[in-house]
Amino acid sequence: MKLVVANLFRLAALALLLILLFRTEWLSFMLVPLTSNNAPAVYTQNSLASLAAGHLQLVIGSIVCSAVLAVVGGIFVTRESGADFLPLSRAIANAGQTFPPVAVLALAVPATGFGAMPTLIALFLYGLLPIFENTVAGLKQVSPQVLDAADGMGMNGTQRLLRVELPLALPLILEGLKVATVINIGTATIGSTVAAKGLGEVIIAGLISDNTAFILQGGLIVGLMAVLIYDAMGLVEAAITRRIGLRAA
Amino acid sequence: MAETLAVRRLDRLGVVLVAGGIAATALMPFIYVKANRIAAGKPMLLMQLLPQPSVIILTVLLLLTAFATLFLRNAPARLAVATLCLAALIVAIGLVSTAATPPGSTVARMTPGGGFWVLFAVIGLVISDALVKIRLAPWMRVAALAAYTALLFISLSSGLLDSLSIMKEFSTRAPQFETEAISHLLLAFGSLAIAIVLGLPLGILCFWVPKLRAAVLQGLSLIQTIPSLALFGLLMLPLGYLATHVPLAAAIGIRGIGTAPALIALVLYSLLPIVANTVVGLQGVDPSVRDAAAGMGLTRLQILVGIDMPLAFPVILTGIRIVLVQAIGMVTIAALIGGGGFGIFIFQGLGQTAMDLVLLGAVPTVFFAFSSAVILDAVIDSIRGSAA
Repeated sequence: MKLVVANLFRLAALALLLILLFRTEWLSFMLVPLTSNNAPAVYTQNSLASLAAGHLQLVIGSIVCSAVLAVVGGIFVTRESGADFLPLSRAIANAGQTFPPVAVLALAVPATGFGAMPTLIALFLYGLLPIFENTVAGLKQVSPQVLDAADGMGMNGTQRLLRVELPLALPLILEGLKVATVINIGTATIGSTVAAKGLGEVIIAGLISDNTAFILQGGLIVGLMAVLIYDAMGLVEAAITRRIGLRAA
Repeated sequence: MAETLAVRRLDRLGVVLVAGGIAATALMPFIYVKANRIAAGKPMLLMQLLPQPSVIILTVLLLLTAFATLFLRNAPARLAVATLCLAALIVAIGLVSTAATPPGSTVARMTPGGGFWVLFAVIGLVISDALVKIRLAPWMRVAALAAYTALLFISLSSGLLDSLSIMKEFSTRAPQFETEAISHLLLAFGSLAIAIVLGLPLGILCFWVPKLRAAVLQGLSLIQTIPSLALFGLLMLPLGYLATHVPLAAAIGIRGIGTAPALIALVLYSLLPIVANTVVGLQGVDPSVRDAAAGMGLTRLQILVGIDMPLAFPVILTGIRIVLVQAIGMVTIAALIGGGGFGIFIFQGLGQTAMDLVLLGAVPTVFFAFSSAVILDAVIDSIRGSAA
């Protein structure tokens, strides 16, 4: 019963998102009353679908880069040869959380100019932290007895890492990935203030021209996208942890 | 054999930091000298500035710090050398920019270049590495924060840095800076206070009624996924409607833009960490303790106030720490909907491509978020330490 309701909600959200992206005019009965002085009700500067695609490109591109670097870095600092780096990198990850995304975004602008680049850099840097922290936490929580057992079975360092440590750390790493993605969908919205192509453009256009219809469609699309992606990643996470024989936490 | 030992004694982290510092000094400008705000700056490397006495002192201290980072295992000594070097760096940029400013000029401006920022970051990393290794007691960390803050304020108020462009931006905006600082902190702490008042009882209720728990926590984490700009924008709709149709709402200051949607959005975002940590903290209380208290004839409310809450307090406080740091950062976005705060400077600076203005908004925001994280961490650790 619960599952049916949840799936109905998912379907409804997906349907609303698709209508907003491709057939926004179907909703004009809702949007027109929100405008004044015959202002347009549907954002037409750029097609909403292409803005959403640009938004997702920014998020996916940055997340892939930060996931690779953060996981490799997390593995490195938990090996013996990287132990020198562990205390400081943890302190940085902790302090990095106190940087607001807008500040990172704004400070990346002088280095790269306006456009997609500063947004990508900010998203990349900001996505590193949760993934790195969760990778380290996941690898550290593997119990010493399990590691001893792996050594006793004659595994070398690489085998132990790939077959024992990483699978056991995977749920936490995926959780970090989920958090990073959600944060980045939000930050990509603000990326529009530095001229990156994304859905923030619609909201900001609405804020500037005092057009509530724009704010509503922009806000709804970003919100629905964020919620649906978060939900989908949760499902994938549960499926993977079940597959490798760990119960989802 | 002796060689491998010598290599071992090198701090690997130190090698990376020193290499970064040297590369930045050699390749990136230490300062940009601009004739006015929009003119392209003339980059100056640290080496080009060597004739100045302050730069010579700085270079000597930089070399000392590099040496200490590579070979010195004693953390307090490294800390002392690096702190001295940081002070010299700040003094040097002040003196260099004063020397480069034509006398009497009000439009010339000196902007620190990449070399300065990388050196600043590298020395900061050496300092924080030393601090981490010393493992300061909780209150000593707050004392260290206070000491470095004092250092910062002395150098800011001494007039030493007044030739730097960020200080020029500040001096023309000092009154506005104060108002924005107040509204930034009011929004952050106000939303935190409201979230605590709402979240604590909700968390306790969720702990008592397991059926409610899943629904509330899922609903709240759904809100967390909505991007802040989207939520700010969406809240403007109902609030704007309320303001135009309910005179009372408009009278108490509820409007579609400004503080009201910002405050509500911040409270909504803050609820999840507080409610979730209250539930987790209460769940972590040993049931046998509760049984013993019930056996002694304490009522449910007495158990809650006298036993559950004090024991769950460190975990709840961790939630409050997350919320406060997050809120201080998020208030910057509220500037886009007229909520005020340091975000005003950041977005103004982005609009005018004036990076000094961006820094004027970003630096104090990071400073407040960082300080509150350090202070709350110290409180949490000292409570945990005294309980254990």
